[in-house]
Amino acid sequence: MQNPRKFREKIIERSFSSVSAISLLILISIFIFLFITGIKAFTQISLSDFFLGNVWNPTAYGEPTWGILSLIVGTLMIAIGSLIIAIPLGLASAIYLSEIARPEIREIVKPAIEMIAGVPSVVLGLIGIVFLSPLIANIFGLSNGLNALTSSIIVAIMILPTIISISEDVLTSLPKDFREASLALGATKWQMIKMTLLPAGLSGIVAAIMLGLGRAVGETMAVLMVAGNSIAMPASFFDPIRPMTANIAIEINEVVKGSLHYEALFAIGLVLFVMTFAVNLISDIIIERQVRKYKW
Amino acid sequence: MVTENIRQNTYFILFRIAAFLSVVILLFVLLYVIKEGIGVININFLTSMWSHRDITQGGIFPAIIGTILLAIGVSIISIPLGICTAIYLNEYAKENMFTRTIKLAIRNLAGVPSIVYGIFGMAFFVLFLNLGGSLIAASLTLGCMTLPWIITASEEALKSVPYSFREGSYALGATKWETVRKNVLPHSFSGMITGSILGVSRAMGETAPIIMVGATFFMGYLPTSPFDKFMALPYHLFILATQHSSPSAGEYAMGTALVLIALIFILNLGIFILRYNLRKRKEW
Repeated sequence: MQNPRKFREKIIERSFSSVSAISLLILISIFIFLFITGIKAFTQISLSDFFLGNVWNPTAYGEPTWGILSLIVGTLMIAIGSLIIAIPLGLASAIYLSEIARPEIREIVKPAIEMIAGVPSVVLGLIGIVFLSPLIANIFGLSNGLNALTSSIIVAIMILPTIISISEDVLTSLPKDFREASLALGATKWQMIKMTLLPAGLSGIVAAIMLGLGRAVGETMAVLMVAGNSIAMPASFFDPIRPMTANIAIEINEVVKGSLHYEALFAIGLVLFVMTFAVNLISDIIIERQVRKYKW
Repeated sequence: MVTENIRQNTYFILFRIAAFLSVVILLFVLLYVIKEGIGVININFLTSMWSHRDITQGGIFPAIIGTILLAIGVSIISIPLGICTAIYLNEYAKENMFTRTIKLAIRNLAGVPSIVYGIFGMAFFVLFLNLGGSLIAASLTLGCMTLPWIITASEEALKSVPYSFREGSYALGATKWETVRKNVLPHSFSGMITGSILGVSRAMGETAPIIMVGATFFMGYLPTSPFDKFMALPYHLFILATQHSSPSAGEYAMGTALVLIALIFILNLGIFILRYNLRKRKEW
């Protein structure tokens, strides 16, 4: 009687564990498929031409060029620009929600902010085209407002919920003793936040920002719609840019499958994958450390 | 002390403004889409086929159906896998290398850009498995993308079941699976399903991956098999907004955006209400 029962348990456990291996399998196959296609591009394009070349012009007659430096710069500009906007706004909102707001207000505001995360990026891109870019063009006297600044603002809106909700979780999960000890020493509430809570939650907050960064680097649709998509090397935030994600989205449907151009786009995908993987891995390690420190 | 108080008040006012601004942005996005999009919404727009020649004559019915079919396809693929993975990780897994690797993989999958899922889907499902640009290839691609979200949501539901429920069951001599099936799943299943549907609703708005795996701007018929191409709301509005020459394309893009947001938010709101009612019934 005991044996078939044990046997059944074993089978069930095995099946659950094999199913959960699927996630790992997907991650590995994404990497392999990007790698085997992307790496072929480097049989004909040298690594330095690819990473350090300024000009991406794969369809040029005679001599196509394959430099992705301006695309990388575009991606970095959006990442930096959106973080400059989203970090102060997000952090301030998180502090407000966890330390200052009355519970009833928090109950309404927090889900409202998290709902921004539910707005599809293509809708934000649309608003970027019809509302924000004319506004930016007007304010700065530009001929059109599809540029790095506009896309940074749109991406900042997209990563705001990530930064707010994770930082808020970090702050609320800090032990109550920290607050009590600080207040007992005569600190004002702001001094307590500045000198006790923020340093204690720092690594968690950094991780929240890193996750936001990962999203900013990988964001495609909104950026594709408002960045202007020029392949020229941008000189300022008022120039149109074309980040790596947008470049893949624009060109992938037009290329001949298996051509060098197709392989080069996969190589860009591989670069993106490695970049976001690194960012996520680092934030993961930081969060792990924070968890171990305070057991939240 | 007085200056400290002034400083504190200044900072707190700034923080309040920041939080207020974040909420205002959300409200603005919603109101703007409603204001600009409501004009084109009518029965014809919602229920008739897309007319390629004169967009003011046609509707987005096939795009709505395509998005709903896609959501169903994604659910069929990723919800069972996600729930089983969550059960394994939360109930069975021991702290070892295998578990740590799986958890790491899940967290990293959640951070892979959607466009990368798109080219992976194109290389693997469309070309390698030869599924072609189709509803099933798109469902599989978005299924991979939603899997980590669903696992996380389901794990949370499982964690909310008190540990004493499991101990009570073991004490009566039940095996692990009997415990999970009779004492854990009944209390967490609704939470897992609602959390998963939230994940799928996010996938409904994804555009970048489906461009490469089968979404199309114009189709004269509704998809009849999983191997057909399909129209989808997010892709439809993207083309209208960026590549369509008709003078009323902008207006119709907004209308499409409104329908998309409404679909997602109605789903979210329904789940919110359902969860609220379920939580009231729980007594621990």
